[in-house]
Amino acid sequence: MSVLVFIDHSEGHVKKASLEALSYGAALAGQLGTTAEGIILGTVTEDLAALGKYGVKKIHQLAQESLNHLDAQVYARIIAEAAVATGANVLIFSNNLSGKAVAPRVAVRLKAGLVSGAVALPNISNGFVVKKNVFSGKAFANISLNSPIKIVSLNPNAFAPKAGEGQAAVAALSIQAGTAKVKVVSATQATGQVPLTEAEIVVSGGRGLKGPENWGMIEELAKLLGAATACSRPVADAHWRPHNEHVGQTGIAIAPNLYIAIGISGAIQHLAGVNRSKVIAVINKDPEAPFFKAADYGIVGDAFEVVPKLIQAVKKLKGIA
Amino acid sequence: MLTLNSFGIMKILVCISKTPDTTAKIAFTQNNTKFATDGVQWIINPYDEWYALVRAIELKEKDPSTVIHLITVGAADAEPIIRKALALGGDEAIRVNADSHDSFYIASQIAAIAKDGNYDLIFTGKETIDYNGSSIGGMVAELLDLPYISLATKFDLGGTTATVVREIEGGEETDSVSLPVVVSCQKGVAEQRIPNMKGIMSARTKPLKVVEPAAVEPLTNVVSFELPPAKAGVKLVPADNPEELIRLLHEEAKAF
Repeated sequence: MSVLVFIDHSEGHVKKASLEALSYGAALAGQLGTTAEGIILGTVTEDLAALGKYGVKKIHQLAQESLNHLDAQVYARIIAEAAVATGANVLIFSNNLSGKAVAPRVAVRLKAGLVSGAVALPNISNGFVVKKNVFSGKAFANISLNSPIKIVSLNPNAFAPKAGEGQAAVAALSIQAGTAKVKVVSATQATGQVPLTEAEIVVSGGRGLKGPENWGMIEELAKLLGAATACSRPVADAHWRPHNEHVGQTGIAIAPNLYIAIGISGAIQHLAGVNRSKVIAVINKDPEAPFFKAADYGIVGDAFEVVPKLIQAVKKLKGIA
Repeated sequence: MLTLNSFGIMKILVCISKTPDTTAKIAFTQNNTKFATDGVQWIINPYDEWYALVRAIELKEKDPSTVIHLITVGAADAEPIIRKALALGGDEAIRVNADSHDSFYIASQIAAIAKDGNYDLIFTGKETIDYNGSSIGGMVAELLDLPYISLATKFDLGGTTATVVREIEGGEETDSVSLPVVVSCQKGVAEQRIPNMKGIMSARTKPLKVVEPAAVEPLTNVVSFELPPAKAGVKLVPADNPEELIRLLHEEAKAF
């Protein structure tokens, strides 16, 4: 009996979402009176043993470069085999794009109940019940997992990573990697930016900004705050901003600590993608904008007057000029 | 396991789910164990309709010999939804006559139908807007031992090879895969369209087959629902003093 945490990586680095998953797995193992281990497929540049500080005792690695591209079918077979070999009865994934591709397949292979989008540690006082987001962030459901092996896929930004002391033993997995049926023709990674789903602060712009030439101040504010930039659907549809910045029901769903919405009215479809943000600040010149009803803080005012002053205030706070 | 059907005709299965309308009020009854359906408008899950179904229809428009089947797992009250889907396009529909339990149960029902259906392509939406599981496509693929491409933003066919662009962590990837394959579809794959009168009329006479479910035990169940705590209400900062917003976010909300 143990908890096995899937460690996702790209460009040679372990994803932040996986540090959250490791901390979650270690905390759950503590509840269950067992140990947490990690599994990583492929190679990274950083020291895997150091991940022990998140509470895992051992990390199983299949260090083949062919595995650096995630293939859901290949990954699922290896992870399921490793879960059986290590006697894991709970598996933890991050509910990021990698987790969404792999966890359902692993669940079928292991006949394991799956909760995708968990937001808290399981309640094990009576069974194994996990709270997850449903209705696009408008409610939660408590789901009971009734199978011997259980899989929890944790929403990014739902559980803060806790670093302590400790080193993990790194062990090589002896499982055949197999060949992928899906051939990767090309892959592009946006490097040097904060990935939207992992960002703790997101600064987002809407139609109120009038045109792509006005995004300089959004980018400046975001940079000062260490934030990612995002946009509403009309902005992406008008090609003012790239589609991968579009947050909302048809775009990406995010849950940062702080979401700053500038010139976005807050249609229900937009809210569905951002309503899990811990704090929402809205800047809009229309006092009737529906977004104010979902916000914690707001300014009724013109973005072109307000945002430059926000930038000055952040600079002052951070001691820059 | 599926094999490419031998007739040279492309067969596509599109998975359709019934969900509450995006703007529906979310409330619960029976001691917070059931979704309150009073006054709720039901729709085709938007990702199933706008992207999965419409892309299938576009492929049929390019190659009219293509056959599109729709499948839904649901009770009789799902029929208006599947008829609406048929009005958009598709040749016939299958309804598995069962309440939808968990993702594994639904995926198992779809796989049970698909394994004898000789489908070259199985399309799902990226997730349902009610359960937000994003699991059905991957589960169906595993049950049928097929490749699965998640969160596609582009899908093209050349003979029996599909070229698919999909969203990955922090970027995108272009994949090439031989049919049969399972693909979950999101924005970019197709352009949303509305049914026309001809489609609505013809949908009435398209075959809708009702089949009984395969014996499958769900692996999870919903214990209860909760609504998030109500927001305290917006704290407005005067527009002539935006510095105050930064102070509040920093000191009060401790957001950075």
